[in-house]
Amino acid sequence: MSSVLAIEALRFGWPGAPSPCIDIERLHVGAGETLFLHGPSGCGKSTLLSLMAGVLVADAGRVSLLGHDWAALSGAARDRSRVAHVGYIFQQFNLLPYLSVIDNVLLPCRFSPRRRAQAAHDGAPRLQAETLLQGMGLEPDLWRRPAMKLSVGQQQRVAAARALIGRPELVIADEPTSALDEAHRDAFLDVLLDACAVHRSALVFVSHDRRMAARFQRELRLPEINRAARNMDAAAGDPA
Amino acid sequence: MSALFAIAWRSAWNRRFTLLLTVLSIALSTVLLLGVERIRTQLRDSFSSAVSGTDLIVGARTGSTQLLLYSVFRIGAATNNMAWGSVQALSAHEGVDWVVPLSLGDSHRGFAVLASTPDYFAHFRYGDRQALVLREGKPFEALFDAVVGADVAQRLHYRVGQRITLAHGTGELTVAEHADKPFTIVGILARTGTPVDRTVHIGLPAMEAIHLDWRGGAPLPGMRIPAAQLGGLDLTPRNVTAALVGLKNRAAVFGVQRWVSGYAGEPLMAVLPGVALDELWGVIGVGESALLAMSALVALVSLAGLVAVVLAGLDQRRRELAVLRAAGAGLRHVMALLAIEGALVTLAGVVVGAALAALGIALLSPWLQAQFGLALALTAPTANEGLWVAALLLAGWLASLLPALRAYRLSLADGLSPRL
Repeated sequence: MSSVLAIEALRFGWPGAPSPCIDIERLHVGAGETLFLHGPSGCGKSTLLSLMAGVLVADAGRVSLLGHDWAALSGAARDRSRVAHVGYIFQQFNLLPYLSVIDNVLLPCRFSPRRRAQAAHDGAPRLQAETLLQGMGLEPDLWRRPAMKLSVGQQQRVAAARALIGRPELVIADEPTSALDEAHRDAFLDVLLDACAVHRSALVFVSHDRRMAARFQRELRLPEINRAARNMDAAAGDPA
Repeated sequence: MSALFAIAWRSAWNRRFTLLLTVLSIALSTVLLLGVERIRTQLRDSFSSAVSGTDLIVGARTGSTQLLLYSVFRIGAATNNMAWGSVQALSAHEGVDWVVPLSLGDSHRGFAVLASTPDYFAHFRYGDRQALVLREGKPFEALFDAVVGADVAQRLHYRVGQRITLAHGTGELTVAEHADKPFTIVGILARTGTPVDRTVHIGLPAMEAIHLDWRGGAPLPGMRIPAAQLGGLDLTPRNVTAALVGLKNRAAVFGVQRWVSGYAGEPLMAVLPGVALDELWGVIGVGESALLAMSALVALVSLAGLVAVVLAGLDQRRRELAVLRAAGAGLRHVMALLAIEGALVTLAGVVVGAALAALGIALLSPWLQAQFGLALALTAPTANEGLWVAALLLAGWLASLLPALRAYRLSLADGLSPRL
């Protein structure tokens, strides 16, 4: 299984912070693999995701997507590469409230020719968007509505459809279920994992809720691979 | 790019109330700037068009601006008169083509009375060497004929044939009236936008006639000369206030000016109207510059307001920008989005402001004309106004780049998860 994402000897610290908050020796994500990443808040989950998506750049070491080191690319090239190969889902407020549901889903196609081309593979981008929305259990009468009229659960499913349109190689989900109740959470997870399998996209799913871990091919506890967070744990746990 | 425009538009529409306030504040400063600029240029135009085609203004020795003020603008009073003999000597000078003597000092219900010869209508020019035109009636011929300016006729609702009496001295409140010698309006002048509009014109002999039985500003007790008995009397004026002079050859202007200064009969002076107008403008132009500086400040403040509004809104938009970034918008897209919005908001504000300014000029110009004698014309924008508009557009757009720069920094610092 070839690696979609490869992290080697990664170190990153926020400007002005005395010590790095990310220090990871090795982490690979294979094509189509589903990875569950969990850990307490403050262990660097969101920062790691930003590094994976090439929004932040490593201070040392390598983070490469499909064999290309993010640090070797210019800012504009990173932007292009990200939209071409990565779909992203936030905890909440994923959508532009003033655009319709379908326009929100089609956003990546507006910015990336590659996503547009792949979305048009079986017809028009709009067709794939509709198929994705249908697969997420969103009825056609919702598609033209402004995104802000939808419930939080519906919004998260629209966000998943947007992350998946145009078949990106990697989908990153940053605690997408934390604003959902249990029933909605399981339903969301079902449609997300199904869609990733259909589109053969790798999924990096971050959560602090370990109960979902069993649904994924692999589970990782971030403090175990992030040495910076381990130090933080030790410092916090040490009754000095 | 068209996708960005569509998103910028939808996003702006979503925040339309805040943006409307910004557009309005830019529009108001545009109105102010264009209005002040228009008033300033028209003021200057109407000021410098008060007299033209006259080569020299001659009067008793005084300050050059003062001579201009009372002879052309009917402001203030002459400290001394010039003798009729001096006028005749001036007319006899070989370089002089024509002399129009002017006699001031009386008024009619607040409007200045100017006594002159019929040559006044032939030689006086204003604006771009335009001659006076009678809208109605004819120039004065009989002794007690009067020709009134457009403002006088309009404000006092005068018609040709109406009889009026003049008052001694200038000003609204006059005690001494030349009530025994009423005048008949025989002509009404077309509007000129100059002090002529606010003047009652009579002949020099009439001026002499109404003052025959007066000495030192009051009627002589026991001496009354009824209008009917004036026939046999000599009504040649003894002195006049000033004289407008036209030369045969403009090149001789300094020679004639020197001749006037050296005139042996009495101390006289001659000023070039253009030079004196410039000097006078130098004095009152300060107020005009202050006005302009003020409106530039207002424009600056409202642009600062634009930056403040956009910057304040930026914190609310951090989530929106992060979503855009996550959905594939690059940093340059985010900055372009803010720059497009800034340009559109500024453009809308300036366009609305220019339209409001034009509307204001169209609606207010009759009132300004009546109240202040200020002729505002709704003309195509001048080059200067174009410059102001361009400066506003550019400044507004540059101001909107500041938030774009901050959005760029925030995006770099936030990663994809803004800490809110």
